[in-house]
Amino acid sequence: MSEPPIFCQGLTKKYDKKLAVAGIDLEVPPGICFGLLGPNGAGKTTTVEMLEGLNHPTSGTIRLFGKSWGAGYDQELRERIGVQLQQTELADKLTVEEVIRLFRSFYDRGRPVDDLLRAVALEEERNQRFHTLSGGQKQRVALATALAGAPDLLFLDEPTTGLDPRARQLLWEVVERFRDDGGTVVITTHYMEEAAALCDDIAIMDGGKIIARGSPRALIDSLGRVQFVEFETEVPLPDLDRLRRLSAVTHVDLLRGRYRLTTDRSLEALSTVISGLAGEKIEPRGLTTKIATLDDVFLALTGKELGEEDS
Amino acid sequence: MSEEKLNPLVELVLARLREFYREPAIVFWVFGFPLLMAVGLGAAFRSKPPELPRIGVVMVEESTESLELFEKLKAHPAAITEMYDRGSADRALSRAKVDVLVLFDAQGYETVIDATQEKGARAQLEARDILQTAAGRKDPLPERHSRVTKPGSRYVDFLIPGILGMNIMGSSLWGVGYNLVVARKRKLLRRYGVTPMRRPHFLLSYFISRSLFLVLELGVLVLFGKLFFGMTVQGGLLSLIVIAILGAAAFAGISLVIGARISNTETANGWTNLVQMPMWLLSGVFFTYERFPDFLHAPIRLLPLTALVDGLRGVYNDGLTLTGLLPEALVLAAWGSVGFVIALRTFRWQ
Repeated sequence: MSEPPIFCQGLTKKYDKKLAVAGIDLEVPPGICFGLLGPNGAGKTTTVEMLEGLNHPTSGTIRLFGKSWGAGYDQELRERIGVQLQQTELADKLTVEEVIRLFRSFYDRGRPVDDLLRAVALEEERNQRFHTLSGGQKQRVALATALAGAPDLLFLDEPTTGLDPRARQLLWEVVERFRDDGGTVVITTHYMEEAAALCDDIAIMDGGKIIARGSPRALIDSLGRVQFVEFETEVPLPDLDRLRRLSAVTHVDLLRGRYRLTTDRSLEALSTVISGLAGEKIEPRGLTTKIATLDDVFLALTGKELGEEDS
Repeated sequence: MSEEKLNPLVELVLARLREFYREPAIVFWVFGFPLLMAVGLGAAFRSKPPELPRIGVVMVEESTESLELFEKLKAHPAAITEMYDRGSADRALSRAKVDVLVLFDAQGYETVIDATQEKGARAQLEARDILQTAAGRKDPLPERHSRVTKPGSRYVDFLIPGILGMNIMGSSLWGVGYNLVVARKRKLLRRYGVTPMRRPHFLLSYFISRSLFLVLELGVLVLFGKLFFGMTVQGGLLSLIVIAILGAAAFAGISLVIGARISNTETANGWTNLVQMPMWLLSGVFFTYERFPDFLHAPIRLLPLTALVDGLRGVYNDGLTLTGLLPEALVLAAWGSVGFVIALRTFRWQ
C-alpha cells in the first residue's frame, strides 16, 4: 500500500515555556480536502508549518509520502508540495505573470504558466504589477505559485482571511478542482462555513490539540438531533434557571445577549418550549430557530465560540 | 507536459533586475545622485588657471616709441595691461588693482611695485621681459618653454573615484542586506524556503545582479568623467573593474551580515547608516584622510571604503594596476570573505 500524504505522531512544539502544539496524531489519505479548524492561536499554523518543513517540531514524527524532513529527502518533498503561507507579500514590482514564472522555474516538473493563469482566472491581469492587485487577486496569485510545481499535496494557511464572499468562492473553486483532479489539500481556517463547504474531513483544534475529527456531517450529527431556539428579552433575565427548568430544553447558553435553548429537533419540542416561555411570562423577541453548525460543535466542545480570540 | 524549460537562476536574476529598474527612486540614488554630486562639486572646486600679472602703464612723457611699447604690452598674452593717468595710478597700485606700474619717460621707463604685495615682483619681471624683448633684446642662450597639465592632479580627479567608491558602498549595502531584510519581513524568504529553489542560486542571483549594475554604474561615471572633465583611467579599465568588484564584494559581505537575521526594516536602516556614516567622513571621499592625525592613518586604511577609494584613485590617477594595489585588494577581499562566512553561519530564511 502506498504511503499516505501526511502521517504524524506525537507532534509537539514548544516556544520558550509555551506549548503551541501539544501532541498531535494525524493521518490524511490522498485525494481529500482536509481542514484544520480552530480559533486564532489554536496551533493550526504552527502545525502546518511543521508539516511543510518550515518549523522543526520539539518532538514527534512527521512523514509526508512516507518520508521525513531532514533525512535527505527535503528537495524531493519540496518538489511534491505546494504552499500558500498566511499573508505572503510577493514581489511588488513584478507582474502577475513574472511572479508565477519565477516560482514555476524552481520546479523540475509543473504546470505551464498560461495554464496556471487560467486556473486562477488571472489571464486578464497577467501584466499587472503585484502591488496593484486586490486582496483576492493577490491570494489567487499566491495560490498559482503554490500550484506551479503541480504538487501532490497542497497546503493553504488561512487562504481566504479578509476576502469578500465572491473572492472566497473563486478561490474555493480552484481548490475543489485541484482536489477533484486527485490532489490532496490541507487547509487551515477559522471560518466554519469554509470548512463545511470545502472539506471532506476536519480536525477541530483548540489549545494545541485536536479535540474532534470527522466529516462536517458526522461532527454536526455528534451533537444529536438538536435544534436551537434563540431570542432576546426586553429586560435581561436575572438568571438562566427559569429557562433551564423548561421542559424539552436540554441546555441553555447566553451568547452575546441572546438566549439559546437546545432542544430536540422536532416541531413538538419547539411548541413545548414556546408555550413554556409563555407560562413563565417571558416574552421572547426576535425569536429564531436553527439547526447545528460546526460553530455549535466547537461551542459544545470548548464552551466558547470559534470567532473568539484564544488567549 | 511540454513547455520551455525555465532556468531558476536566470529567472531570479531577471526578478532582481526588474525590481531594481522599476523603482525610480533607487535608480536615481544609484545613477542620478552621484552624477549630480560630481557635477556640483566638480564645478565648485574647478581648478582655475593661475592669475596673470596686471600691469598699469603711465605716460609721464608720451612718444611714438612708448606708445608702441604700450601696444606690445597690451597685446601680450602673459599679462593684462591698462593705461592709467598719474593721479589714479598710485591708487590702483595701493588697492592692488594692478601689480606693477610702468612709467614711460624720455629716458626709458621706471617700474614701481608695492613692497607689501606678493605678486609685485613677478609682475615686474614679466613687464621687464616683455618690454626688453620688444625693444630688441637678444637672449644669449637658446631656450624653449612648454606648459603642461599633469593628469590626475585636479580636485575633480580626486573626487570622481571617491564618489564612485561611495556609490559602490551605498548600492551594495542597500541593494543586498536591506533588500534581504525587506524580503524576510514580507515572508518572501519563507515562501522561497518551501520551494525546491537551490539556496546558492538565490544568493548568487544577488551577486550577479549586483555585478551587472556595478558595471553600469562604473560605466556611467567613467564616461561622465571622460566627457566633461577629460579624465582617463590611466591604469586601465580592467583593473578598475576588478577593484570595483572587490569593493562591491566587501560591502556585500558586510551587508549580508546585517541582513542575515534582522527582520525589521528600521533596525536594518539603522545598522546600514551606522556602517556608512563613519566611512563617509574618514575614508577620504571628499578630502584626503592625510589631514587626520598620523596615528589614525593605519586604522583608517583598514576600512573597506578607504581601501576601495585608494584603489580606485590608484588605477584612475596614478596608473597603477592590480599588482601595485595588493594591500587595498587584500583589505577588500578580507572584508568580503569574513562577512560572507559569518553570514552563511548566521543566515535565517525565516
